[in-house]
Amino acid sequence: MGLLHTVNKSPFESNTFDTCLGYALDGSTVLLIEDGVYAATIGTRASEKIQQKIQSNNDVSFAVLGPDLQARGLENKLADGIKVVDYEGFVNLVAEHDSVQSWL
Amino acid sequence: MKFSIQINEGPYQHQASDTAYQFAKAALAAGHEIFRVFFYHDGVNNATRLAVPPQDDRNVAKQWSELALENDLDMVVCIAAAQRRGIMDAAEAKRQGLDADNLMAGFRISGLGQLIEAGIESDRLIVFGA
Repeated sequence: MGLLHTVNKSPFESNTFDTCLGYALDGSTVLLIEDGVYAATIGTRASEKIQQKIQSNNDVSFAVLGPDLQARGLENKLADGIKVVDYEGFVNLVAEHDSVQSWL
Repeated sequence: MKFSIQINEGPYQHQASDTAYQFAKAALAAGHEIFRVFFYHDGVNNATRLAVPPQDDRNVAKQWSELALENDLDMVVCIAAAQRRGIMDAAEAKRQGLDADNLMAGFRISGLGQLIEAGIESDRLIVFGA
């Protein structure tokens, strides 16, 4: 499979999420961790972009790190189409993809 | 699978060291091998044994140290980054004529070649940072 992209900044703080979306090709997964989980919350411009990306290219997947979502009280505000993973799931995503790009 | 981890952020700065630690634990639990953990830039501050966080808070340096000793991990601190920030093992402190050293057990100081080797020898290199 393609690349695993990790985004650890809030889309309200940094443009790494937008940059990452532009580079997310077929077979890749975007994993939102740390403050990056804010991009997965419903009703934000960032999660709208995720929906658009899924509709235009359904071979790009989105995941969010559950513990970081819970730490911010956002587990009930998760937008559609984003898979929740724990650290074990994070490890599996790293193993399943050819390489990891951390957008710092 | 063989993983290596690079950490570019110090403890209690934001979350990178904590995320990397949880990732390392999960990787070991899943039966993967960790070839090396490389501490770079402000990440070298994870290696001081003189940090005393409040008792009800996690001790990041100690967590890493215990994980390394329990699992025989190779944890390398970049020497140039460490010297700038006052992270010293006994030999380096002596060489620099300093009166103290502070490197936590389980860490060792070495050069960037160790990061390159980790990238070559591992199936995956994952970077955690600021």
